[in-house]
Amino acid sequence: MNQRAVRAVIRKDLMSVIRSKGVMIPLIVVPLIFFVLIPVLVSLAPNLVSMPGLSLQELDSFIQGMPAGLQNELSGYSESQVIIVLMVVYIFAPMFLIVPLMVSSVIAADSFAGEKERKTIEALLYTPLTDFELFTAKLLSAWIPAVLVAFLGFAVYTAAANLAGWPLMGKLFFPNWMWVILVVWVAPAAAGLGLASMVLVSSRVRGFQEANQIGGMVVLPILLLVIGQAAGVMYFNVRMVLLLGIFLWGIDGGLIWWGVKTFQRERLITGGG
Amino acid sequence: MVETPLITTRDLSRSFDSIRAVDQLNFDVHPGEIFGILGHNGAGKTTTIRLLNGLLKPSGGSARVLGVSPAEQGPILRSNTGVLTETSSLDERLTGRENLSIFADLFAVPVEKVETRIHQSLKTFGLMNRADDFVREYSKGMKQRLALARTLLHEPRLLFLDEPTAGLDPVSARDVQDLIKTMSQQGRTIVLCTHNLEEAQKLCHRVAVLRQGKIIALGSPRDLARKIYRKSQVQIDVSREDQDAVLKFLRRKDYRAEVDENPELIVIQDIDRAEIPDLIENLSAEKFSLYQVILAQPTLEDIYFALHNLEESRS
Repeated sequence: MNQRAVRAVIRKDLMSVIRSKGVMIPLIVVPLIFFVLIPVLVSLAPNLVSMPGLSLQELDSFIQGMPAGLQNELSGYSESQVIIVLMVVYIFAPMFLIVPLMVSSVIAADSFAGEKERKTIEALLYTPLTDFELFTAKLLSAWIPAVLVAFLGFAVYTAAANLAGWPLMGKLFFPNWMWVILVVWVAPAAAGLGLASMVLVSSRVRGFQEANQIGGMVVLPILLLVIGQAAGVMYFNVRMVLLLGIFLWGIDGGLIWWGVKTFQRERLITGGG
Repeated sequence: MVETPLITTRDLSRSFDSIRAVDQLNFDVHPGEIFGILGHNGAGKTTTIRLLNGLLKPSGGSARVLGVSPAEQGPILRSNTGVLTETSSLDERLTGRENLSIFADLFAVPVEKVETRIHQSLKTFGLMNRADDFVREYSKGMKQRLALARTLLHEPRLLFLDEPTAGLDPVSARDVQDLIKTMSQQGRTIVLCTHNLEEAQKLCHRVAVLRQGKIIALGSPRDLARKIYRKSQVQIDVSREDQDAVLKFLRRKDYRAEVDENPELIVIQDIDRAEIPDLIENLSAEKFSLYQVILAQPTLEDIYFALHNLEESRS
């Protein structure tokens, strides 16, 4: 593996991404919403229960509909604390995965489809890079920033949640082990899913926007997890996130195996799938 | 001793579905040569470059470039070739210097030499004072110069230039042509794909004319002219006083002679080259004041269209 050349492609792609407003705006706005805005809003949630139309009885009946394991987890908290823990620790856990997935898919769309659109790919194809090295470089240039954003975002989310929740919680309540596993094990897999699906899409589209629109659908399974948890069908505990990680890494492995097999100079030039 | 060709193709072919883009190419390119591949758009020029650099695999036949098979050893080969693509393929979100720096790493330019090499390239190609500007702010001529600088950064033995002056204004085009001449004088071997026949005439030692993927003619422009134009055209500069007498003399000898558009000259059509020495001798024997006899060479453009018309009539 020609590591210097692989690093050069990653450097080029990242410099290119950082200087593109069209790519950077979603990469800044979405993490800000998830990692800053949401925990701050959640800190206001206990005040909402005193608003007309909302009552603690309704919250109780909502929690009664949750899986028994989750009810146990929440049992030691007061009603106001339950709202914060439920939202910050459980409801938003699957939503956290949207960020690495979105970051990797946006960068991959720019790196694969965008480069084809800007006609800069041909110069790369005439370099001594092998197909495998070029593919690896392109994957890493989307995966590394997505994982870094997830880790950084987790740190910001932790700080924001604890700061915002302090008046009611009176202690550091976040993160728990489930979250640590979610960030270290599942988030990199979610980033892999975003970029692997974008690799699939990019060879069949003409440009960045089209790739983004089609590739954006990969968020749908994550939304199903959010809905599933809110509806009380399942909840994120240590076992669940471990299994989810295995499942996502399995899909990533399959998609990347397929990508390695099909990522060939010929196909990039002739436009074949 | 005959030098080993840097490029050898034998029946090299490539099809895309039912379309034969490149059809049984046979040619050699020798060290130090500027070898032109001429043809209309879609004649197979770019496909040939891609085949010779291992970006495409041939459907038939074979090629050896710098002693290796492009299809089998593409990465090794590409570390010794430089390709200027038809579109400059520069990353416009990066500066000129950054573009060069990335490609220095990609082509494994020794780390300790990268800075000097980039500095030297920017200087040679007149981009020093714009090196840290974004490429999107460059003119088309500057982009083409930067792309050429990038192509040369790793000091390749063999250069492929695909339409290097396409879309450039005349001044920028001449700058690029001068750079190509300089690179050739420095001993580099260059394969130049172009449909600019004037450029090919100026720069190329030999050319291959492609039509629908096939080579329809191969040789130096002069050789091609000889093959196509068995008869030549001669212009004779005689004194005004002798002009009528010379015309009468020539017509008596059955030459197709008339006064040229430039009234100072008499032009003789369809004359065999072998007859020219006798013609000069006869005119001198008649004591005409003969200032000069010019053998009008057909341009590469004349040759190119003659070849295409010939092929057209055959098919």
